[in-house]
Amino acid sequence: MRVKRSTWAYPYLVFLILFVALPLLMIAVYAFRDAQTGAFTLGNFARFFSTPQDLNTFLYSIQVAIVTTLLCLVIAYPAAWILSKSDFNRSKITVMLFILPMWINMLIRTLATVALFDFLRLPLGEGALTFGMVYNFLPFMIYPIYNSLEKMDSSYIEAAQDLGATPSQVFLKVTLPLSMPGVWSGVLMVFMPTISTFAIAELLTLNKVKLFGTTIQENINNGFWNYGSALALIMLVIIGLTSLVGDEGNTRESEKGGLI
Amino acid sequence: MIKKLIARGYLVVLLVILYAPILIIAVFSFTEAKVLGNWTGFSTKLYESLFTGGLGNSMVRAIENTVSIGLLSAACSTVLGTVAAVGIHNMRRGKGRRAITFLNDIPMLNPDIITGISLFILFVAVGVTQGYATVLLAHISFCTPYVVLTVMPRLRSMNPNIYEAALDLGATPSQALWKVIIPQIRSSMLSGFILAFTLSIDDFAVTLFTKGNGGLETLSTYIYADARKGGLTPELRPLMTLIFLAVLALLTIINIRSARSKNNNR
Repeated sequence: MRVKRSTWAYPYLVFLILFVALPLLMIAVYAFRDAQTGAFTLGNFARFFSTPQDLNTFLYSIQVAIVTTLLCLVIAYPAAWILSKSDFNRSKITVMLFILPMWINMLIRTLATVALFDFLRLPLGEGALTFGMVYNFLPFMIYPIYNSLEKMDSSYIEAAQDLGATPSQVFLKVTLPLSMPGVWSGVLMVFMPTISTFAIAELLTLNKVKLFGTTIQENINNGFWNYGSALALIMLVIIGLTSLVGDEGNTRESEKGGLI
Repeated sequence: MIKKLIARGYLVVLLVILYAPILIIAVFSFTEAKVLGNWTGFSTKLYESLFTGGLGNSMVRAIENTVSIGLLSAACSTVLGTVAAVGIHNMRRGKGRRAITFLNDIPMLNPDIITGISLFILFVAVGVTQGYATVLLAHISFCTPYVVLTVMPRLRSMNPNIYEAALDLGATPSQALWKVIIPQIRSSMLSGFILAFTLSIDDFAVTLFTKGNGGLETLSTYIYADARKGGLTPELRPLMTLIFLAVLALLTIINIRSARSKNNNR
């Protein structure tokens, strides 16, 4: 009797449990534990809500993430639309050029922004932060929107045109709704990493602005593991909620799409 | 016509903005000026000082660590991921398979900082001294899922009867594996390896949390430590130029490979 090959997955399953599931569980355990006594407590969360500095950093990070996401969307949608239109762009290389920066280290791209501001003799600060964030995450918005526009069946558009829709009607009633799944995944791909960045804001603002990721990192580095875990758990919840909203948006849109 | 010009112009403007910073860094890596933007004549001194001198030593060590961790974690992830993919491929659809694919997705969806902190907490709780080994383990944990996802589609498109035929013709299961299955999935294993290597050398957040405080640095944590001290120091310009070229080369290889395998499938 030979060994069933499905058992080959077991070592990896054990590995995943040890190094993926267990560590996440540990965050949850530490978050609900008192740093001194190790007893169950909600104190770490209470501390977060009663520390104005941390709470403000958290709210500010959400604001930065929303602004970044919206700016990326406004800039990326036209670009993705142009890239997907064969009248304007026939080359896959242009598409590649837009996607390539996704693969370059975030830190390096951030320092590249610093270089640009140095070169143009512009001061670093909140302007640099917004620019740097949009610069870092723009490719992550262009790519999914481009994909959804590219895959779109052009006969829908032709049908709308034949039935007398004006170009703006075609866009608002056909193209835009059909590209919503791409928009949603772009929003997720930008919002989620923006909310969890750290180290970037400091470099772009010469330590004037701090984002929530840095608050977490500082607490972990300074040995406040329980409080740091609680903050990490809060971030995980935000990210979980965002992806739920994104999924919801996506399924709603695709259901709508099915009705056409 | 005007529409076309506007559309093309928009793309060009965006591309210029996307690539200008990298170009600026590359151009000014060939001059010695402390302040970026000042051109004090062509010089390769920054490149020379990268690999020599006091600064050079710690940086060369960072490069060595980055490459060795990249190669080792890519090798381990490829073996672990391929074996896992074969296993998952042969699992019946059900709870077990769903559980493992769910767990496999987590490292890819998790933000870096959470992956880093969760592993840090684990290592602290177990009492392991953090250093080279913990960074390696961390990298294997976030690279392997990508290998699994690279190898699985190839397995799916493979004819299952070939393996059975090999067994019927008297091959032992291990012979069938080495002579039948591995040759067919070898190219996707290599793609997985390159992908894992790219992800590993590119990582910053997870490494930062798992490297401990024994002085271990990879390129990205080295750059971070340097940039935190004084912004973009001149020495970082040639370094970043070289990293950009390396990533570009790796991506070109990956893309050529995937284009070629698409052609082969046709």
